[in-house]
Amino acid sequence: MMSVLPYLVAVWIFLAGCYGLATSRNLIHAVGCLAVCQAATYVLLIAVGYRDGATAPVHSDIEPGSRPLVDPVVQALALTDVVVGATVTALLLALILQISKRHGTVDPDELSELRG
Amino acid sequence: MNHPSHLLPLLVAGPLLGAALLVACGSRLPRAAAEPVGCAVSAATAALAIHLALQSSPPLVEWVGDWVPRDGVSVGIVLVGDGPALGMAALASLLTLAALAYSWRYFDEPPRRHTGSYPALMLLFQGGMCGFAIAGDLFNAFVFFELMSVVAYALTGHRVEEARAVQGALTFGVVNSLGAYALLMGIVLLYARTGELAMTQIGRRLDAYGPPDALVLAAFVLVLTGFLVKAAAVPFHFWLPDAHAVAPTPVCMLLSGVMVELGVYGVWRVYGDVFAGPGGIPAADLHRALLVLGVLTSVVGAVMCWYQRHIKRLLAYSTVAHTGLFLIGVGVLTPAADGGVALYILGHAGVKAALFACTGIVLDRYGSVDEHALHGRGRELRGVAVLFLVGALGLAGLPPFGTALGKALTEEAAGPALTVLFVLVSTVTAGAVLRVAARVFFGLGPRPEEHAAYETTGAGERPETRRRLKRVPDTMSAVPALLLAASLAVGVAPGFAAAVEHSVSEAGSAGAFTSAHWTLAGVLLGLTSTLLAVALAALAVTRREGLPGGAWAGPLRRLQSGHIGDYVAWLLAGAALLGALTLPGVING
Repeated sequence: MMSVLPYLVAVWIFLAGCYGLATSRNLIHAVGCLAVCQAATYVLLIAVGYRDGATAPVHSDIEPGSRPLVDPVVQALALTDVVVGATVTALLLALILQISKRHGTVDPDELSELRG
Repeated sequence: MNHPSHLLPLLVAGPLLGAALLVACGSRLPRAAAEPVGCAVSAATAALAIHLALQSSPPLVEWVGDWVPRDGVSVGIVLVGDGPALGMAALASLLTLAALAYSWRYFDEPPRRHTGSYPALMLLFQGGMCGFAIAGDLFNAFVFFELMSVVAYALTGHRVEEARAVQGALTFGVVNSLGAYALLMGIVLLYARTGELAMTQIGRRLDAYGPPDALVLAAFVLVLTGFLVKAAAVPFHFWLPDAHAVAPTPVCMLLSGVMVELGVYGVWRVYGDVFAGPGGIPAADLHRALLVLGVLTSVVGAVMCWYQRHIKRLLAYSTVAHTGLFLIGVGVLTPAADGGVALYILGHAGVKAALFACTGIVLDRYGSVDEHALHGRGRELRGVAVLFLVGALGLAGLPPFGTALGKALTEEAAGPALTVLFVLVSTVTAGAVLRVAARVFFGLGPRPEEHAAYETTGAGERPETRRRLKRVPDTMSAVPALLLAASLAVGVAPGFAAAVEHSVSEAGSAGAFTSAHWTLAGVLLGLTSTLLAVALAALAVTRREGLPGGAWAGPLRRLQSGHIGDYVAWLLAGAALLGALTLPGVING
C-alpha cells in the first residue's frame, strides 16, 4: 500500500489542480492551479526515484558504493522541471498583469473578446 | 572526428547563442543591425539543417559529450538526425528566416534599448523547434517542447497593448503548459518502467518487459495528450484559433506553418520509436484513436473555418482542419501514408505562411482583417490579390502544388472512404479562403448583411506597422511569393518527393520503400477539390443573408467560448476519450 500511495497522491494533486483551473474565477488563481498541476509532476518524479533505505545521491561524506542511493536522474529532471515551471509562471503572471490593464478585470468569465 | 553527426548540436546551439548575443547587445545595436544578425543566424542554421539532411542516410546519431551507452544502459543526451527530424528542423529554420525577412519593415519601431528582443525571441523559437525535432530522448523532447511553447506564448502576446493579444496568449499558455505537464508525467511513468530516457532504448526495454499493461497505457495517453494539445486535435484545439487570431502575423506564419505540425511529428516519432513494438500499444489501437480524433478534428476545423469572418481566425481553423488530415495520414500507419503526410506538411507550410503574410499586408494597409468590412477595398492591391488567390488554390490542392502531391499520396494510402473526407475538407477550407479573396480583393457579390452573432469580428485590430502602409514594401510581397514558389517546388522538383518518401520510410519502423509520384487519380482528385472549392466560394459570395447552414453550426461555435476553464475541461475529456479509444487492445493484449 505504501508503495502506491505517492502515485495516488500525484494523480490527486494533478486532478485537484485541473479542477481548480476549470472552475477558476480569477486568472491569478488559475495560474496558481497550473502550478499545483506541475507539483504533481515533482511528486511523481521523486516517487519514481525513491528506494527503501537509500540516502541522498551526494558523495561528500559517504564512501561511494557503501550505501544505496536514490535515483539521481529523476532529481536532475525535477530541478529542470522547477526551472521550466518558474519561467512559465512568471510569463503567465506578466500576461495577467497586461490583461488586467487592458480589460480591467482578471475574471475569465468577463473576457469575451475571442469567441465563436 | 569530422563525422557530420558532431554538427547536430549546432542546430540548437547556433540560434540560442545568436539570441543571447542579440539580448546582450540589443541595447546598443540599432534596429538595422539587430535584424540582419537575426536573419544571418537563422539562415546559417537553415543551411546547416539542409546540409545535414542531405547526409542523413543512414541516420546521424550523436551522444552529446560522448556519453555513449555502456552495456545497453544510457544516461547521456542523444540527438537523432534522420530525414524527418532534419527535414522538420530545416522547415522550422526556413520559415523563421521567412518570418524575419517579412518583419523587416513590419513592427512599430521597437522601444529604444530593446531592438534585439524580437529577433532574439524568434531565434529562441527556432532553437526550440530544431531541438524538439532532433531530440532523441524524451526528457529533452519535453524541455525543447517547453522552450518553444514558452517563447511562442511570449511572441503571441508581443504587442502587450492589444487586449485580445494578451488574452489569446494567456489561453495558449495555460492550455499548452497543462498539456506539457501531462506529457512529462507520461515520460516519468515510462522512465519508472524502463529506467531509460532515450526513445529507442525505452522501446526495447518495453518489448523485453512483455505485453502492455495499465502503466504503459497511462503513459501512452499522457504523452499523446501533450503532443495532441500542441497539434490542436479536437477536443484539445480550442487554444489555437484564439492564439493565431491575435499573434503578430510573422509569428502566425511560424505557429501555423510548423509548430502545430511538430505536434503531429511528435506523435509519429514517439509511436514509432517507443510504442510500436510488442511491449507498446497495438497498431490497431493507435489506428483507431488517430482516425477518430483526426476525422473529428478535420470536420470541426472545416466547419468552423467556413463560418469565420476574421481572416486570421479563418486561416487558423483551416490549420486545425489540415492537422486533422495529417493525423489521419499518420494513423494509417503505412510508410506510403507517412511519406504523403511529410510532403503535405511541407506544401501546407508554404501555402499557409503565404496566406498569413498576405493577410498581414491587408491588416497594415486597412487596419482590419474583417471579411465584411473589407468588402471590395482590396481592389487596388493587385499583386497581393494574385498571391492570395494562388495560395487559396494551393490550399485546395491544385496540382502541381506540394499540397496536392502529399494529399494524393495520403489519400491513396488511406482508402476511398477517407479520400472523400480529404477532398471535402480541402474543398471547404479552400472555399472559405477563396470566398475571402473574392469579396476583399475583387468586391464580388453583395456586401453581406450585418447581424449580431456569436463570433469574433476582425474589426478593431491595429496595424502592426508604425503607420498604415501606403505602398507594400518589397520584402512583404516577396516573402509570400517565395513561399508559394517553394510549395510549388515540393510538388514539381524532380526527385524531391521520392527523396522525402525514402527518408521517411527509412526512419520509420516499417523500413519498406515506396516510390512517390503523381498518379492520374491523384491529379483528378486535386482538380476536383479545386473546382468544388471555386464553386462553393461562388455560391457563398452571391448570397446576401448569412452563409448556408449557419443555424446548424451555432452550437459548435458556442463551444469556442474563449474561457480558459472550459478549455481545460475539454482537455481532460479529450484525454479520457483517448484512453477509452486505446483501452480495448491493452485489455485483449
